[in-house]
Amino acid sequence: MSEGIGASVRRKEDKRFITGKGKYTDDIRQENQAYAAFVRSPHAHAVVKSIDASEAEAMDGVVAVLNGHQLTEDGIGNIIAGWAITSKDGSGMNMGAWSALCTEKVRYVGDTIAIVIADTQEIARNAADAVMVDFDILPAEVNPEAALADGAPQIHDNAPNNQIYDWELGDEAATDAGLASAAHVTEMEIINNRLSPNPMEPRAAIAIFDEAEDHYTLYTTSQNPHVARLLLSAFYQVAPEHKLRVVAPDVGGGFGSKIYVYPEEIACLWASMKTNRSVKWTSTRSEAFLTDAHGRDHVTRAKMGFDANGKIVGFKVDTIANIGAYMSLFSSVTPTYLYATLLSGQYDMPAIHGNVRAVYTNTAPVDAYRGAGRPEATYLVERMMDTAALEMGVDPAELRRKNFIQSFPYQTQVIMNYDSGDFPGCMDKAQAAADVAGFAARKAESASRGKLRGIGYSSFIEACGIAPSAAVGSLGCGVGLWESAEVRVNPVGTIEILTGSHSHGQSHETTFAQLVNDRFGIPIDNVQIVHGDTDKVQFGMGTYGSRSGPVGMNAIVKALDKVEAKVKKIAAHVLEASEDDIVIEAGEVKIAGTDKKMAWHEVGLAAYTAHNLPEGMEPGLKEGAFFDPINFSFPSATLICEVEVDPDTGVTDILKFTTADDFGVIINPMVVEGQVHGGIAQGIGQAMLENVVYDESGQLLTGSYMDYAMPRADDLPSFTIEHNNVPSPSNPLGLKGCGEAGAIGAPPAVINAICNAIGNNNLSMPATPSKVWAALQEVSTQQAAE
Amino acid sequence: MEMSGEVRIDATVDEVWAALNDAEILKACIPGCQELEKVSDTEMTAKVVLKIGPVKAKFGGEVTLENLNPPNSYSIVGEGKGGIAGFAKGGADVLLEQDGDETVLKYEAKAQVGGKIAQLGSRLIDSTSKKLANQFFDNFRNALTEEPEQVG
Repeated sequence: MSEGIGASVRRKEDKRFITGKGKYTDDIRQENQAYAAFVRSPHAHAVVKSIDASEAEAMDGVVAVLNGHQLTEDGIGNIIAGWAITSKDGSGMNMGAWSALCTEKVRYVGDTIAIVIADTQEIARNAADAVMVDFDILPAEVNPEAALADGAPQIHDNAPNNQIYDWELGDEAATDAGLASAAHVTEMEIINNRLSPNPMEPRAAIAIFDEAEDHYTLYTTSQNPHVARLLLSAFYQVAPEHKLRVVAPDVGGGFGSKIYVYPEEIACLWASMKTNRSVKWTSTRSEAFLTDAHGRDHVTRAKMGFDANGKIVGFKVDTIANIGAYMSLFSSVTPTYLYATLLSGQYDMPAIHGNVRAVYTNTAPVDAYRGAGRPEATYLVERMMDTAALEMGVDPAELRRKNFIQSFPYQTQVIMNYDSGDFPGCMDKAQAAADVAGFAARKAESASRGKLRGIGYSSFIEACGIAPSAAVGSLGCGVGLWESAEVRVNPVGTIEILTGSHSHGQSHETTFAQLVNDRFGIPIDNVQIVHGDTDKVQFGMGTYGSRSGPVGMNAIVKALDKVEAKVKKIAAHVLEASEDDIVIEAGEVKIAGTDKKMAWHEVGLAAYTAHNLPEGMEPGLKEGAFFDPINFSFPSATLICEVEVDPDTGVTDILKFTTADDFGVIINPMVVEGQVHGGIAQGIGQAMLENVVYDESGQLLTGSYMDYAMPRADDLPSFTIEHNNVPSPSNPLGLKGCGEAGAIGAPPAVINAICNAIGNNNLSMPATPSKVWAALQEVSTQQAAE
Repeated sequence: MEMSGEVRIDATVDEVWAALNDAEILKACIPGCQELEKVSDTEMTAKVVLKIGPVKAKFGGEVTLENLNPPNSYSIVGEGKGGIAGFAKGGADVLLEQDGDETVLKYEAKAQVGGKIAQLGSRLIDSTSKKLANQFFDNFRNALTEEPEQVG
């Protein structure tokens, strides 16, 4: 069976995962290990008047209690956002200081005040409980609109009215003119609900200070260990890069929440030096709910104008983005360049204007979460399309078709240059697979049982593999967004691939090895993928934004190109042939059209014995490459959701869920299907179940699984996944990325379907049975009045 | 959390008022109260063990009596810290009215919790508060009378 590109090879990593042999950060133990616990704020906004640690310090087994003043005195730097956004008046961001341990004020419930180091985890937690903090409680604000108002509590001194930036993209005058000319304008207020990321493995860190070498090692749950090291070194001043090793071993899911360096990792590293102990911290699930960066939380008012033929003539968007109490690493770019740049969706829009105000509130920091900005754009655009179709009395699929972009490349009004796609083709395939033609009959059948059936569409486009570096740099990004790879062929012919991508559920150990098999025909079992260790891999930008395929894999391909060229040179020399006549097939290096050949391992051995190499050739067989794409990649899809609502209870059943995706070239269809399943499950979770709720005083009310509803298997239907793949012209492999697609596309399809079923378009996420039932009562009240 | 109610007690206003200012009676009546000490005529310190849903914690706090209008009304305000379990603060306006041989005690209470109690027990706070209030007034009437009777 083939193990190359396009083969549904079973995952190599599953043996250790399904037998419980994965090695996660919490599994790592050190000889002189101590445990950390954090003293956290129970208040959303308060001045820290004093910290009394005397009782805690006196407890048996307590090593130290360290606070923010000591941290600052040791020169540990503040946590930063990595992308500078410039407001429309030309001013920079009003970024407030974020110390790993608070010094003067706490700004959200869960804020870190002190770190307790003790011999056991239990002692550390009990001692943290015994630290007495005297607070002067301040009024708190959790609502982003209210936080902007005059007289709202001031969360950071340098952010007047709590506003971080007021940014715009697109042409406002042209958009206003378009709307003024419109035959119909659809207006909506859309709330994108706040989500908790909930990876299966909570965050964890073990910090090891080696006094003799003046060297630090941090094992941590990171999606990008090199970026973590760069931040810890260059910005947080924990240690210089060559004295700091960051290892992200097996990581049990991230969804964006493990991109960032959090206060806890910084404090553990520093505390390891202060106490000369290895310091281990594993987040409790309660701490995860409180402090893992949340996702989404937008309030948007938008107008979309159409001419008499149903063609879009203008789209105007005004968004308030809740950033939380501090600016996390990607918090500034997620609601701007990852959001407003996708407002054109799949549609030919002659004028777009997006305005975004980012606002501090007394809530956990909000940052990128599976999809990051693109789900917010997609939900907005696709809810607008269905609403407009309803208002104009046209079929929502036909309204989409009328506005689909038909030819590529297509320059949108909001920066993006779509390189490829086939939007009508995806719509055709999705409609056929979902049997849209038979919907009316199914709806009638549901009605005969007293049930309400509805259908909803979502046609989305997203931008993956954020790039190229020069372009993102010009927009304010603090780093380059390329990827690196190294291919090491051993003397026995086995191969190690070192990659800057990080696998925390993405199946890299299988799919990356398939690239080698595809090129050289050697079994994937002879290929080892090495990742997640700054001592092993030279550098890497990590895994987020569906970039491991479109960027990471293409770096491997570039390195494989170099290995192939050298192999051919060696073989040509040994076999006394021209390089151009050498072919590599099924693990053999041959002279084309002859039976003269070398086994793959013989070439490896020749490279390392160096007994008979072409004149001037260096021994060895190891090549590295950096890949910087020329453009984003643009996956797209049409999703169709079909639901049945019980009008007596408001309970919604998803009966059918169909998606027809364009992912470009696919390496492993089974893995892609798994990614799509997980993404849709999270999208349905956002649409129907999940919601982070704070009370008015800033207390987190959804702080456990008793109150935060995650999707379960019985909430989900069987998915139908179709492909309509157009290879990306922007990278050698033609990949587009699939990791976030479902989470981006699913929510509007679900809500559009429920609205269609109940005959009321006034419904917000999550569409819980009580909300759906209330929306149904609105309809019957209106009908009674008429 | 906000709640209000009224309780009918078979005692005179003066008797009820005296009991409301008696640390020993209050200590015996407050569910989970382990210590209650009068620091002055209007200030007390308290230690109370409280269980809300999965969280059980000992709260140490201060109680202050305000707006004193003997023997007709006062406001009782308190704030307690439960360590890692979080905090609770709140108050109640208490009004006494004579009705024949009986006294009608009317109260309007507000409470706020924070930290782990809010995180884990938010849905249970209203019902727990009502349960605790009922327990308190049952105890309080029992302390003053032999045949308790509740109205409202």
